[in-house]
Amino acid sequence: MHADIMLNHAVTGLEGPLLFARREANVSLNDAVEVIGSEGRARVGRVSALDEETMVIEVLESTTGLNLDGTRIRIRQRPLEMSLGPNLLGRVFNSVGQPIDGGPPVPARQRRRVDGMAINPAARDLPRDFIETTVSTIDLMNSLVRGQKLPLFSCGGLPHDRLATQIAQRARLRGAETGEFCVVFVGIGVPYDIAENFRYAMEKSGALAHTAMFLNHADEPSTQRLLTPRFALTAAEYLAFVEGRHVLVVMTDMTNYCEALREVSASHGEIPSRKGYPGYMYSDLASIFERAGCIKGLPGTLTQLPILTMPGDDIGHPIPDLTGYITEGQIVLGRELDRKGVYPPVEVLPSLSRLMDAGTGKGYTHADHPALSNQLFACYARASRARVLASVMGVDGLPETDRRFLEFGDAFEERLVSQEQPRTLEQSMALGWELLRLLPASELTRLSADQLARYIEIEPEPVEPDPETGAGVG
Amino acid sequence: MSRARIQWIGGPVLKARVSEPFQIHEALAVGEQRLLGEVIQLSGDLLTAQVYEDTTGLKPGDPVIGTGLPLSVALGPGILGHIFDGLLRPLGDVGEHWFRPGLAAARSNEFEFEPRLAEGDEVRGGQVFGEVAGLGPGRACLVPPLIAGRVRSIRPPGTYAEDATVLVVEGEDGAEHALAMQHDWPVRRPRPAAERLSADAPMVTGQRILDTLFPVARGGRAALPGGFGTGKTVLQESLAKWCDADVIVYVGCGERGNEMADVLNEFPELEDPRTGRPLMERTVIIANTSNMPVAAREASIYTAITVAEYFRDQGLHVALMADSTSRWAEALREVSGRLGELPGESGYPAYLASRLADFYERASRVRTLNGEEGSVTVIGAVSPPAGDFSEPVTSHTKRYVRSFWALDRGRAQARSYPAIHPLKSYAEDVDTLARWWQLQGNSEWKDYRRRLLGLLETQARLERMARIVGKDSLPAEQQLSLLAADLMNEGFLRQSAFSEVDRFCSPKRQTAMLRLMMQFIDLAGEAVERGVSPAEIAAMPILRTLQRLGEEFGEADLDSKPQLAARIGEAFHALHVAEENADAR
Repeated sequence: MHADIMLNHAVTGLEGPLLFARREANVSLNDAVEVIGSEGRARVGRVSALDEETMVIEVLESTTGLNLDGTRIRIRQRPLEMSLGPNLLGRVFNSVGQPIDGGPPVPARQRRRVDGMAINPAARDLPRDFIETTVSTIDLMNSLVRGQKLPLFSCGGLPHDRLATQIAQRARLRGAETGEFCVVFVGIGVPYDIAENFRYAMEKSGALAHTAMFLNHADEPSTQRLLTPRFALTAAEYLAFVEGRHVLVVMTDMTNYCEALREVSASHGEIPSRKGYPGYMYSDLASIFERAGCIKGLPGTLTQLPILTMPGDDIGHPIPDLTGYITEGQIVLGRELDRKGVYPPVEVLPSLSRLMDAGTGKGYTHADHPALSNQLFACYARASRARVLASVMGVDGLPETDRRFLEFGDAFEERLVSQEQPRTLEQSMALGWELLRLLPASELTRLSADQLARYIEIEPEPVEPDPETGAGVG
Repeated sequence: MSRARIQWIGGPVLKARVSEPFQIHEALAVGEQRLLGEVIQLSGDLLTAQVYEDTTGLKPGDPVIGTGLPLSVALGPGILGHIFDGLLRPLGDVGEHWFRPGLAAARSNEFEFEPRLAEGDEVRGGQVFGEVAGLGPGRACLVPPLIAGRVRSIRPPGTYAEDATVLVVEGEDGAEHALAMQHDWPVRRPRPAAERLSADAPMVTGQRILDTLFPVARGGRAALPGGFGTGKTVLQESLAKWCDADVIVYVGCGERGNEMADVLNEFPELEDPRTGRPLMERTVIIANTSNMPVAAREASIYTAITVAEYFRDQGLHVALMADSTSRWAEALREVSGRLGELPGESGYPAYLASRLADFYERASRVRTLNGEEGSVTVIGAVSPPAGDFSEPVTSHTKRYVRSFWALDRGRAQARSYPAIHPLKSYAEDVDTLARWWQLQGNSEWKDYRRRLLGLLETQARLERMARIVGKDSLPAEQQLSLLAADLMNEGFLRQSAFSEVDRFCSPKRQTAMLRLMMQFIDLAGEAVERGVSPAEIAAMPILRTLQRLGEEFGEADLDSKPQLAARIGEAFHALHVAEENADAR
């Protein structure tokens, strides 16, 4: 019943990515098709509208070279699907899920729709397993939990790829269950060197065997860019919810995805919304990001770490803005910190992890973790305000307390934000308490009397050597 | 049942050739999977419909069947405590990991029915004809609003399916109406009430910044705009948990799936502070997450308010939390775009403002058809792009709400939640609600409120000045104002939603806290007049206690208020003694 049907001489028109054809067979909405040009190359497409006599096919690859007479259409009579089976890890695929590493095809045990299906909200399990990324600004200040979608908001030229690679290499669960992560790397419109660097870094750390890569290079057609994350997430869902693994999906760069969306929308003649992006960009991005999660009764989890570069370094641009409304927080990288030589240049104040409260504290990380990060946030915000004052009046014009906050702010960036070596959560927390001791105890109103007594009002102990600098202080 | 056949289909919109007459806004079953749809245009023998589910696999020639009714939901005792999709189809207990098209509305729960009428009794719409045993709120079985007549037969006490006939009414026109514990009501039509009443009391939210500064009246309307990460959802959830409504309708409209999971996970474990029952028992969750079909998102808001009105009609106070109305407006825009309508501002259809007005107007305090008092309070979150409050959804919403709670990014970044900006927010019902506070033993509420707002206003002005001349160069009393405003921000307005002690603050505790703070500020003012420096006041150990008052002075510690007040008095006394001794030397 699901046999393929071949249509010859049915094409009546071509307009950008759209192909108009006579409906000479029993075709349904969203059926996958292959459009085969006279040169014999097959292009993926799908039926996007149809009536009794005609149909509109959206070609998801370049239509260059197609003509009206010689083009044939193979109709699949089912939606766009991906064949999945064991041994996905260690492989490299193109935008439409075909292996490009010269290896054999993936054995087809299961076919899954690439558009995915929405997870029933009532079947979702609340993500609350803390993932240790070994980055202080994430672990301590904006904790990542399994099943979360936490994007990196970056700017052109910042080391976001390096940070993402490090997280992919080092991320681990704490406690008894230290099941290894597997990684799905999705390159969306990326240059060859970025994809290659990632592959090399993973290979060097021995993690490549646990990684599946989906690559859409910068010079490939933009319509395919819309498919790359969908194929990759379909594979990730299979790895997570069928094979029961804990999958971390790194997607770079979502800005390229959104640009492709705008391009394709314009070629469809749709009414644009903000800055020319289509009005449905929120829903479209949600159909990607909402595929992260944990499901009750199913093993495995799907965590997303998308990366996007903010056009014009503007967090109000539609791409970061809509992303921020969908994802569960964001890690913001800043140019100023990068210029100061701070790596990773994480801007702590605009960063946020919404699921932090569920995954930290007693029984998850450490009972005092939430209060500590809360107090650090409040103090660093105060330090930023003091900096604004100091820029007008000079440091000498500030009251004593504000000067102490300035010192704290600098130390926070130099010692806690900046890090070359991985840190465990305990190391990050110890560093946090140490920094708070730079301030008068009376200013630490987010800590309880008990926490003050235990961590702040103590005789400073000889500090253990910092693994990074080898010295006691940074 | 009218029939039609699909003629054209693209995305969620289809055109079908009709062979029998259809009504506008009639609900449809589309294709073999019987997907839910709604007629939106009729023209000649063609109808245009939107489909509320994924349309993949539909094709020309597939059947379209009319239901004869406008898009309706079944309202009954099985609603409370459960989670539904945007069209009130149950999502829980279905054992489905994925949300599939054609989800069945299989809700055949059985309930224990107790009749409240006898054969031959007169009945009118909105009357209670029976009760369901074992339920908390929402146990009344209502006669549908438009039916009146005489009871022909009513079932004896017993267990019946929710949709089984338990009452037969002979209408005034002689027609026979078979009624069950549940009845259908079209979502786009407001349910009638006997009379609309004006605001008299606030809905107590348990959040200090709201109850004390920007209260919302029972049956009122509030908007909660804020950019991403400013804490809209956490605040909405706090309100759902702790406000003093009888029933909460929480609609997640185009938001995150994990947030729904959070509510589902947390609410059954939390206790309603007033009744001691699990919070879930008074809650209905309607979820259309951002990856569920867009057209159903548009309907979910109407579904939610219809459910809220249903409980209102049972004489209950209902709070509706809509998160977020911006996603609903975007769904409106998307469907409008597919219909090829002329776009207005930012691509939204020109009728956006009137749709928003329709929705917010359904918030009300009423005398029900049954003669009781009930209310629906609407709290709508707004997600303005880039946090810009001048965009169409925020600016139109502002026209229809009476309480405006503007969330501020700066406050959120300092983790000072709820991040409501006191100088950008407002509440219009303050004068009406002052009487309620008076009855709670706080006749100074309005004065305190004015003083507090004045203090925050002064702070904003002085901070601008301090930026130029330096804080130390300000006169002592201005430095004190800054200190006082800091204290109010840190000790009173900030309230952690995750603190076991402070997540809820009763009006009584709010009053006590406010009095303690004001006492401190007054005494500090006197001290400064006597020549004490603001730095000395800032160094007083009692100040730290006040800054952490929310945490350390819980609902259980209310009796210790006099001791605290005495400690404040003593601290200042000690300050004066020290001062005099110093002078004497």
